[in-house]
Amino acid sequence: MMWLSPSEIEALHLSLSVAARSVVFSLPLAIALAWVLTRRRFVGHTLLDAFVHLPLVLPPVVIGYLLLVLFGTRGPIGSWLQRTAGIELIFTRNGAALATAVMSFPLMVRAMRISLEHVDAGLEEAARTLGAGAIDRFATITLPLMLPGVLAGAITAFSASLGEFGAVITFVSNIPGETRTLPLALYSALQSPGGDAAAARLAGISVVLGFSGLLLSEWFARRVRRMLGR
Amino acid sequence: MLTVAVQKRRAGFTLDAQFDLPTPGVVTLFGRSGCGKSTLVNIIAGLLDADRGRVALGEDVLLDTELGIDVPPEGRRIGYVFQDARLFPHLSVAANLQYGAKRARAQRYVSFDDVAALLDLGLLMDRRVHRLSGGERQRVAIGRALLSQPRLLLLDEPLASLDTARREEVLPYLETLRDQLAIPMVYVSHNFDEILRLATHIVLLESGQTVAQGGVGEMSLNQRLRAIIGADAVGAIIDGTVLGVDASSGLTRVQVGTGELMVQAAHVAIGAKLRVQLLARDLIVATQSPQYLSVRNSLAGVVTTVANDDANSDLIGIDIGGTGIMARVTKAATRELSIAPGLRVWALVKAASLRARPISNASPDAK
Repeated sequence: MMWLSPSEIEALHLSLSVAARSVVFSLPLAIALAWVLTRRRFVGHTLLDAFVHLPLVLPPVVIGYLLLVLFGTRGPIGSWLQRTAGIELIFTRNGAALATAVMSFPLMVRAMRISLEHVDAGLEEAARTLGAGAIDRFATITLPLMLPGVLAGAITAFSASLGEFGAVITFVSNIPGETRTLPLALYSALQSPGGDAAAARLAGISVVLGFSGLLLSEWFARRVRRMLGR
Repeated sequence: MLTVAVQKRRAGFTLDAQFDLPTPGVVTLFGRSGCGKSTLVNIIAGLLDADRGRVALGEDVLLDTELGIDVPPEGRRIGYVFQDARLFPHLSVAANLQYGAKRARAQRYVSFDDVAALLDLGLLMDRRVHRLSGGERQRVAIGRALLSQPRLLLLDEPLASLDTARREEVLPYLETLRDQLAIPMVYVSHNFDEILRLATHIVLLESGQTVAQGGVGEMSLNQRLRAIIGADAVGAIIDGTVLGVDASSGLTRVQVGTGELMVQAAHVAIGAKLRVQLLARDLIVATQSPQYLSVRNSLAGVVTTVANDDANSDLIGIDIGGTGIMARVTKAATRELSIAPGLRVWALVKAASLRARPISNASPDAK
């Protein structure tokens, strides 16, 4: 990567790190929500469903603003986190990960739900009659069978996280080395005189990453499908 | 003893079922589709809630809404073979079979090797589930359920999705199960032929209500059952005792009531039980002891009932020393021969038109 400047490599590295954190932390929650939304019927189902999908339809700046209100130093959750765990989100890469996680969450849940809808609930019943309790059933039947969706969701969310701009810049600003991810670096390059070449390189990286993500996701899905015998 | 008495109300449908099964035995839930058979089986398994009722296996209460007992399906130790097999597609045949076995906490009464041998699963072990034929799938599903060491096996139309050839391929295994493992089974079917071969008891369901139940012999004469199975299948089913082989004809002699029948059957030991189906349409009624006929079988008895069958024929119930049979004759014949209850008659049937199958564990048709 000799043709990239140190600050560009830093942005790439930071983007990958932020996206990875975002996916790792949102994955369990997304699986749980996908399961609840697919397998359970309860009062407020529609409301919860809409709430999960909100980031898809709201401007990213609004999400960034809401995160500031909730997770800022004086926000109810932000101040609590700082007091109890010493975790600071605002202006940090963890904060950037939170913003990208919220933005990519609906994509992740959606991919998992589609996959889970194709898992025959009858198989879970069969496991039940064979003596498997709820957690056992989920771990040995449901999760392995919805794996294509989990992988697809994770990869899509990872790719989307690499490119999240609005929510990140609103919530954690544009700090080199801490929150300046690829799209933010690209934006900064465009703002500075003579940054055209850097912008082009950063755009190129983004395209390559996004493309590889999609191809990887397809390849994984195919492998898993073969493993599951479909 | 399996005792079931449950009620469940659904939109436009009420299930109100009550039956007992002496164990070991095979009870078939029989009825037209939509009569609530599957609902009932799901309640026994615990996969569906009942509004009210009780399900008990011997001393063990699995469900009692009055006492607030409701053991979850995973704790009931009831094996379930579904119509669509429901094998786990991400596991091999062997792993499918082991799934329940690994989770069985109770005393094992059947081993992996026994089940593999019993159901001929040896060659299938390493196969992926989606490479199995329909019949093979059901055999694996049966094996998987058995290996969970169940106290009761539920089979919900396990052969319904198979064609006749595949059905023929699986049925013998179910017969072996009944005869060798002596595990009580609840078998749901609307195929009377399967019932004839497997059941020791029949419970008849009509729009959610259990309307009749009893041993196969007794139930074969039941009027409500006749209405469902169709005129051609109507006839007595008798679990007779093998007396020996007739030297001159090679036919097997079977004791039926006070009479004796000659049937074509594969070699069976003397004293063994043989289930014989005497179709009403195949029986001929004579009012004098017949002579000069090619017919091998003649059962002497007394007419008990003369029932209207359809516009042109009657069903004559005949008692042959405690065992009932049924013959269909035209109304004209009933009139001309003056057939009426109390009349002494002979029922004739060709050996070739009798169907006989060995059955151990037969229902004691106490009458």
